[in-house]
Amino acid sequence: MVQSTTPTLTLKDYKSEVKPTWCPGCGDFGVLNATLRSMAALKLPVDQTVVVSGIGCSSRFPHFIRTFGFHSVHGRALPVAQGLKMARPDLTVIAVGGDGDFFSIGVGHLVHAALRNIDITAIVMDNETYGLTKGQTSPTSPHGHKTKSSPYGLLASQFNPVATALSLNVSFVARGYSARPKELAALIEQATLHRGFSFVHVLSPCPTFYNTFDAWDAAVTPLPEDHDPSSRLKALEYALDSEKQYIGLFYREERPTMERVTREVVEPREFRIDEYIQRYA
Amino acid sequence: MENEVTIRIGGESGEGTISGGDILALASARWGYHVFTFRTFPAEILGGPCMFQVRISDRPVKSMGDYADVLICLNKEAYDRNIRDLRRGGVLVYDPGDFTPESDDFITYAVPFNELARKEVQLFQTKNMVMLGAIAGLFGPPLEALLQVVESRLSKSRKANPVLMEKNRLALDIAYRYVREKIEKRDPYQLSPVEKADRVVLNGNQAVVAGALAAGCGFFAGYPITPASDIMEAMAKELPQVGGTFLQAEDEMAALAAVLGASFGGVRAMTATSGPGFSLMTELIGLASMAELPAVIVDAQRAGPSTGMPTKMEQADLSFALYGGHGDTPRLIVAPANVADCYSLMGLAFNMADRYQMPVIFLTDQSLTARVESVDRSVFQPFTIEGRLEYGKVGSNGANGASSNGSKHEAATALAASFARYAYTASGISPMTIPGPGALPYSATGLEHNEHGHPDYEPEDHTAMMQKRFRKLETAAQELPQPEPYGDSNAEIGLIGWGSTEGAIQEAVDRARAKGYKVASLHLRILSPLPDRALRNFISSVKTIIVPECNYSGQLANLLGARYGLQPIRVNKFGGIPFTAGEILRAIEEVC
Repeated sequence: MVQSTTPTLTLKDYKSEVKPTWCPGCGDFGVLNATLRSMAALKLPVDQTVVVSGIGCSSRFPHFIRTFGFHSVHGRALPVAQGLKMARPDLTVIAVGGDGDFFSIGVGHLVHAALRNIDITAIVMDNETYGLTKGQTSPTSPHGHKTKSSPYGLLASQFNPVATALSLNVSFVARGYSARPKELAALIEQATLHRGFSFVHVLSPCPTFYNTFDAWDAAVTPLPEDHDPSSRLKALEYALDSEKQYIGLFYREERPTMERVTREVVEPREFRIDEYIQRYA
Repeated sequence: MENEVTIRIGGESGEGTISGGDILALASARWGYHVFTFRTFPAEILGGPCMFQVRISDRPVKSMGDYADVLICLNKEAYDRNIRDLRRGGVLVYDPGDFTPESDDFITYAVPFNELARKEVQLFQTKNMVMLGAIAGLFGPPLEALLQVVESRLSKSRKANPVLMEKNRLALDIAYRYVREKIEKRDPYQLSPVEKADRVVLNGNQAVVAGALAAGCGFFAGYPITPASDIMEAMAKELPQVGGTFLQAEDEMAALAAVLGASFGGVRAMTATSGPGFSLMTELIGLASMAELPAVIVDAQRAGPSTGMPTKMEQADLSFALYGGHGDTPRLIVAPANVADCYSLMGLAFNMADRYQMPVIFLTDQSLTARVESVDRSVFQPFTIEGRLEYGKVGSNGANGASSNGSKHEAATALAASFARYAYTASGISPMTIPGPGALPYSATGLEHNEHGHPDYEPEDHTAMMQKRFRKLETAAQELPQPEPYGDSNAEIGLIGWGSTEGAIQEAVDRARAKGYKVASLHLRILSPLPDRALRNFISSVKTIIVPECNYSGQLANLLGARYGLQPIRVNKFGGIPFTAGEILRAIEEVC
């Protein structure tokens, strides 16, 4: 049953009894740890926090966390999370998933989440491959990438998540690296506190099907300390860098959130069917 | 002569054909008559032929009528398209400037609609008022009844101005006087004053919205689609006024996903769509069933397959509603038979969704969405709103949101272990929680899971979970209302129907019985789970079963065949237009 308030919380307080099913060395462990750490730092109440996911290795996430969880279907984490937050603005809602979920089958939802700016946080674990289905190409796989589904090399271009989020005018855009969980935890913490749709792109390698640890260790670079996160154009420049993978807060802007604005349009009153039906008399 | 007339108006969309018909229906209803409308929509976005039919009677009307008694043609094309539906001996009202009818089968009255509007009123847009004035002068309702409706409509319109109102009044008056002076009435159709009754006049979609709001729906997400869009538009306007929220989704998958998100948050939530959108929702219907989340999904069926005929009626989504989706997926299906049902059964649908933690598919159809009926005001009672079975909850959650007032950044609540969200119970219904202070967290999931909601693929687990989910349908079958047969209690011929065809079927039963046939009908309002007791009793009580349906394949007949080994006589209509009572009567007579 419900325990009394604990003054300090640690990552363990947010861990569920379910053990992660990920392969040893999976980047998602780091993302899970960073998420749990950010939850503990924010003292998020487990009974008023919901982690929503789609389908994929990373979408098992909710089962490993002690908050409420909603493990939905492939691609639909964002609309589930937005419906929940619209209906229940008092809850903290975090949507998690992988590059397949967010940039392939569910990419359409990203556009509209950006436009609505409903106060949810999206954490996208990007390993540039389809791990759960054993290594086919993903929208974020590099051009020429050879897999079982691209035996002659990937013919399509590579999707750029951060540049896309910036171009959609997402109100909070950040990138982290699973191998740097402390910085990642700080980013997730800021994203959770941000009022509006926040998007955290996480480089989270798949050592089993596409090991990018070494490449990302070399490419990952913190954004310059003087980067002004109110400059979308400058942020876009960093996002489009073809060699470096910048991490940190790219862009942040405070904008009205739809779940708040919708509650301000009229003064609600109690529904009465006898009054309502009078219009048809 | 009986106090009844069926008037059809044929014309061009955009020239006031439909609004004229609407005014006629509303004025007649306010004058004390029962009304029942049937209309067609043009395929074009602007313009195109359309028609509006209203049956006006001093007795309750159940169907649109076999034929029009009176056909008003606003142009030659309307004549060509509609004359075959005019009763032999009926009345044709036409503009001699447009054409001269050739047949002697009808009583004809020539009224120069165009000339009266153009030269006498000097405003061509009043042509539909001229038409209404002529109807008032020839058949009723009285001019004042029409004028009242026109005035109240115009006062709410953006176009409202005293000059226009004056022109409308003039048009009604000029046409009324014209027919009174120039036309010698030779037909039997004359509506006389009747006692006023306390009724409201609305269509199926409007009643669905009223029902949803009265049922405490607090969230709607949808994507525009004919013929369900008016539900979405009305919810967009009404929900914020009662503390609810609305989302126009980017597609139907997002719509149902958002509904499930809101439902997970403990808020009564719904969407409304039609065939193509319903197809897209299928995967999420499976999720709702698996994760055991309540949701109400209105499918306003239209003629399919594929894009089909968006503005035409069909009852061809039953099989899909029953079986659509991969895996064995329990779901509940409710089908209203009339406008009153669209209200009442919404209350039932939301309670069913909450009680059985399951998606409820609410099958209306295009004809019912647009059908205007006069309904006794007493139908619109407040609903008893049942909550969900909640785990360890003190007090209850409001229908429009949680009772939460705690700060989200107060300390986390540490828990010893998760609770058995999907506990095996005798009814199949497991107590759930809703996020909020003090609630025990769990994860809802579309993966097969154990009682605690954790992923679990063990054969024993999947077997027991499957049985638990389906057990809820058995519980529902025991608890939900059973339909009563209509007609002869010693019937030899039995008709079984579902959805918007009830009125036509019952009227056919009445007319067949008047001819001496022993006939009864049973109408199904809940199609999953089937009302087994009532069906078995009815099937065994008659010699012959007829199943009339507006679809090609006989979807209810197939279902009854699979369940009861029944081989009924199938009567299928699939042209996009509902049954008339006469068509069903002929099917009965063919059996006898």
